[in-house]
Amino acid sequence: MTDFVHPAVLFILGALPIPFLKGSIRKAYLLLIPALAILAVFTMQPGSYGAAQFIGQELLIAKVDKLSIVFATVFTIMALIGMVYALHLTRAGEHVAAFVYVGSALGVVFAGDYLTLFLFWEGMAFASAYLVFAQRGGPAVRAGFRYLMVHITGGVALLGGVILHGLATGSLLFGPIEGGMGVAAYLILAGFMLNAAVPPLNAWLTDAYPEATVTGAVFMSAFTTKTAVYVLARTFPGTEILVWLGTVMALYGVIYAVLENDCRRLLAYHIVSQVGYMVAGVGIGTEMAVNGATSHAFAHILYKALLFMGAGAVIHVTGLRKLTELGGLYRTMPLTVALYMVGAFAISAFPFFSGFVTKSMVVAAAGQDHRALVVLALTMASSGTFLHTGLKLPYYMFFGTDRGLQAREPPRNMLVAMGMAAVLCIAIGVFPQPIYALLPYRVDFEPYTGVHVTESLGVLMFTALGFVLFLRALDPENTISLDTDWFYRKGARHFMWLAEKPLARYEQAVSDVSETAVLPFLHGTARAGLRIDLNGVDAVVSGVARSILRGGGALRKLQTGVVTHYALAMIVGVIAAIAVFAVAWQ
Amino acid sequence: MIKRVVDFFGDRRYAKQRRWLFFLVLVLIVIADFLVFREHAEYLWDRLPGWSAVYGFGSCVLLILFSKFLGHQGGLMRREDYYD
Repeated sequence: MTDFVHPAVLFILGALPIPFLKGSIRKAYLLLIPALAILAVFTMQPGSYGAAQFIGQELLIAKVDKLSIVFATVFTIMALIGMVYALHLTRAGEHVAAFVYVGSALGVVFAGDYLTLFLFWEGMAFASAYLVFAQRGGPAVRAGFRYLMVHITGGVALLGGVILHGLATGSLLFGPIEGGMGVAAYLILAGFMLNAAVPPLNAWLTDAYPEATVTGAVFMSAFTTKTAVYVLARTFPGTEILVWLGTVMALYGVIYAVLENDCRRLLAYHIVSQVGYMVAGVGIGTEMAVNGATSHAFAHILYKALLFMGAGAVIHVTGLRKLTELGGLYRTMPLTVALYMVGAFAISAFPFFSGFVTKSMVVAAAGQDHRALVVLALTMASSGTFLHTGLKLPYYMFFGTDRGLQAREPPRNMLVAMGMAAVLCIAIGVFPQPIYALLPYRVDFEPYTGVHVTESLGVLMFTALGFVLFLRALDPENTISLDTDWFYRKGARHFMWLAEKPLARYEQAVSDVSETAVLPFLHGTARAGLRIDLNGVDAVVSGVARSILRGGGALRKLQTGVVTHYALAMIVGVIAAIAVFAVAWQ
Repeated sequence: MIKRVVDFFGDRRYAKQRRWLFFLVLVLIVIADFLVFREHAEYLWDRLPGWSAVYGFGSCVLLILFSKFLGHQGGLMRREDYYD
């Protein structure tokens, strides 16, 4: 085990001492563990570690290959950035939850069998739910419970699929699902798609993330959906339905983002949109497409965290989260503006920013696979991405109407964390080779061609022209948007109404009938029964009791009280049993 | 430095310069799209210079109008206390 230290163990066991450490020692410790985890990932060798047997099933705690290393690399880097961002928190609870959350995500990434995967999968759900609860207050707690409820439901679907899969194939080892799509495969797919926030299973994300704490949302934006992309890439590459769901997803998030007023909910809808590219890439399933999905996940974690950190900084400083209440902050928060815009350029795929070298790989893979419609839809979604995260959100949050808000730059640790993410966003865009070298397949793709640069700039800058011309139409409105969470928020209420009104009335009617008609009848039969009991049954019972008493007396004579007699009887019994066994089981 | 750049994009004083810079960038991008070397054109639009500009603008307008239509006419946008 010298060449492999499981980073999940580092985080999960490493979470235990946090509550007992104080002040700067705790801060140093919070940074040390992610740093050690990065080191562990950089030094690990591909292979299988921690094979074991459990109730007759083969388990494999960790399976290391190129795909898991890419995700583990970005997860550990992100953990470090997220910890720097959260360093000013005094309560230990959120740190512990974040550690367990990151550790569980890493556990999923290395899981070699479905049982290990499932355990860490649930660990992620519970630890991340804490990051919502930690915000406190009614809306957050309610959103946290909805989040937990949805994820537990997804977990049950996953577990059901895993058990069926295990029964059918005789193995729980984690790998590509082969041999057609059965019930087991669909259940597993549903569990994975729920965590990837594929519509219609997307609403938990946009419901809960904006309610989480400022620092918690940064972690959440990075891990849950991307572990789902990872497991999809492992198990379902080349599944046709994912191409279409991913493409729909990319546009779905963008369409909802137009309507959104809450700054972090708008960003959350862009997670849905961006994960759509990755899901589509996994669905296309060619080497280039899986490379594209993987590298886009890598870039996405960093720029999306940067965007969430920027919006979080505004919330931290002003206490406001609605675009209708924000505006004019650029004077007091220029650094935050600049760092946020780096993230915005990266997600929009401007040349020399990370999205440019990763998102285009997915689109190019779709083109190579002769999927013109997918190419057009994904390009349209890129336009929408820049429209919202690059133009609408910064315009109404930082520029726009000056509302005279009292603001200042956020604490230094927040700025440093944003700076780290921003540097990586630009570094990946300018030097894509190190990322390309990490990818599971050999990369045969050159992002910096003349056509690609001018076409991207054309799409993006003319989107900006549309924004300028239609600015008034985009003014945020004081509304919320209905999404599929309606079904369990309002729909559940309708169900409760059904339970309370018609069902209760039915129950009342039934009890009325029983009181007027059934009860007298029952009384009559009971009286008749009593007579039969007294006259007939009692006589029989007394007779039986008397004969048992006599039998008991006879038996008592057999009891000698001598131990040897009993032992003899036992030996005779054993011999008789063996004889019966030998005869009957020949 | 950063503050000056951010101020340039925020301050009303620079509105005119901003507009000219923006139009200049748009024109340059279209010109560049006509000049750039196209070796590999798989789809019809790959051969059309300026296509990306048209498509980007069209997408943006379509997304805004379609979403707002869904929000207002389709009933997706509700009062903030809808769930309370």
